[in-house]
Amino acid sequence: MPEIPIIQIENLNKTFGEGEGAVTALDNINLTVYQGEIFGIIGLSGAGKSTLVRCMNLLERPTAGKVLFDGRDITQLSDNELRKVRRDISMIFQSFNLLMQRTALENVCFPLELSGVPAKEARTRARELLATVGLSDKEKAYPSQLSGGQKQRVAIARALATNPKVILCDEATSALDPTTTQSILALLKELNQKLGVTIIIITHEMKVIEQICNRVAIIDNSRIEEIGPVDEVFRHPKSRAAKKLIFPKNELTEEISGNGKFLRLVFDGSQADRPIIANMVLQCGAPVSIAFANTEKIDGKMYGHMIIQLPANPEAERKILAYLDSENIGYEEEEYNA
Amino acid sequence: MLSEVFNAEMFALMGQGLLETLYMVLVSTALAYVLGLPVGMLLVVTDKDGIKPNPAINKTVGWIVNLLRSVPFLILLVAVMPLTRAIVGTTIGSTATIVPLVIASAPYVARMVENSVKEVDRGVIEAALSMGASTLEIVWKVLLPEAKPSLIMGAAISTTTILGYTTLAGFVGGGGLGTIAVNYGYYRSRTDIMMVMVVILIAIVQVIQEIGSLIARKSDKRIR
Ligand SMILES: Nc1ncnc2c1ncn2[C@@H]1O[C@H](COP(=O)(O)OP(=O)(O)OP(=O)(O)O)[C@@H](O)[C@H]1O
Ligand SMILES: [Mg+2]
Repeated sequence: MPEIPIIQIENLNKTFGEGEGAVTALDNINLTVYQGEIFGIIGLSGAGKSTLVRCMNLLERPTAGKVLFDGRDITQLSDNELRKVRRDISMIFQSFNLLMQRTALENVCFPLELSGVPAKEARTRARELLATVGLSDKEKAYPSQLSGGQKQRVAIARALATNPKVILCDEATSALDPTTTQSILALLKELNQKLGVTIIIITHEMKVIEQICNRVAIIDNSRIEEIGPVDEVFRHPKSRAAKKLIFPKNELTEEISGNGKFLRLVFDGSQADRPIIANMVLQCGAPVSIAFANTEKIDGKMYGHMIIQLPANPEAERKILAYLDSENIGYEEEEYNA
Repeated sequence: MLSEVFNAEMFALMGQGLLETLYMVLVSTALAYVLGLPVGMLLVVTDKDGIKPNPAINKTVGWIVNLLRSVPFLILLVAVMPLTRAIVGTTIGSTATIVPLVIASAPYVARMVENSVKEVDRGVIEAALSMGASTLEIVWKVLLPEAKPSLIMGAAISTTTILGYTTLAGFVGGGGLGTIAVNYGYYRSRTDIMMVMVVILIAIVQVIQEIGSLIARKSDKRIR
């Protein structure tokens, strides 16, 4: 698939306020999102994720830098032109943001009304869209009569109404329970595959990224720390921020003592069925502590990962590393006691 | 005593007064909204957190609204008499009273409208902006419809406030129930007639409030 850029962010800065109280929310951001991909942006609270995604449709005006949509710098457009471009960039929100005094159907009609589609045509299209998101039976319901998941489906139908090229999702599943989150993510993935619409997802949950994103940008402290294919970043996180997100610290046992090194192992599906750790302990004759272990499904493939603490004895350490090399298991040293 | 109050002549007088009062209240409220609704909307839109922030307009309009609101109604009533004469041709009677009523209540209405419209969720406005809605589209298709139930409640409150003003206007020959209350109850010490007026006014306030709440509740899709 040829990679055609759809959104390019160049040297973007955003500062809120002036002088003493100024807050830098984004610091020299550069990134490119390609047509048809699902691009994730992950970071901890306050990292600047929402600000970044809001700069993509200029709900927030960058202090400096360019935002190119389909090759055009939209920061230079007139209000009128910008409004037209916004029909190509839909957005869904954590709090759904439906019009409370309109039915589900009327909510989906709303963007169509704004783009001047005749009422009857709009209703027909809105009905199709509600069917697409599985809510045909709720067209007369008001948002207050819908569950969170159903509201987000209405919001997705509304976002699709103008046939956008991009859908921006700001924490679209953060207000939903895990099961509903799964179904909304599955729906987004399906729409991405069926319609080819580019999806940009903001989240603070690694799970969301793992489940549907092709590429991910890790944002920490107003900067992009790392960007790449999800399995790459997941298997070999380079930045501290990435490591922090992939292995939340509190998942590590605090009581681990001793001064042996920590190793992070990543197994792929083909290795997951062999008793690697058990064999390693037997062959090397040295104990290891398991600090963290988990399996994840990334882009449809199973991965296992584990953090172990080696014995402080250099001889045992050497043996274990040699064993891992011989078994072809990727490992990286971790700095968890740092 | 009751039969004294309710003789045919008195009955006709009160009927007339009631009609005048309703006429003043309804026409004034309608005109106050014609002026106050756009002003209230302007205050929301030009607010620093609004969709088209404009501190200059916002401050100026806000200042005028506050100024008018801080003038006691009775003083305003007298102060605008030249204007009233210019518009209506007289300063006495219910039609003449409508002029000061509107001037006094329009700023009040503007603040009521501002309050109601500010309740509209910021997120919904952003959603509309993200879809490419213009300022005018947001006003018509988001702010007004979403604030409707609250606007209706506000209208009921404004109407009863204006009703209160009309009775004050009775002191300077404004017509309606207020004038009856002043003429009989005050100048002729007819406490009984005064009491009947008070009861009628309370009843009107209750009815307006109830109707307002009912319509607001019926129109609000957030409940149920
Ligand atoms: N309108 C604003 N005015 C001032 N500061 C702001 C504004 N919006 C965001 N900020 C600041 O910018 C920084 C980034 O905020 P942002 O909302 O983008 O974070 P986030 O990554 O989306 O966090 P969360 O996960 O909590 O939503 C924060 O320090 C925040 O306080
Ligand atoms: Mg956010």
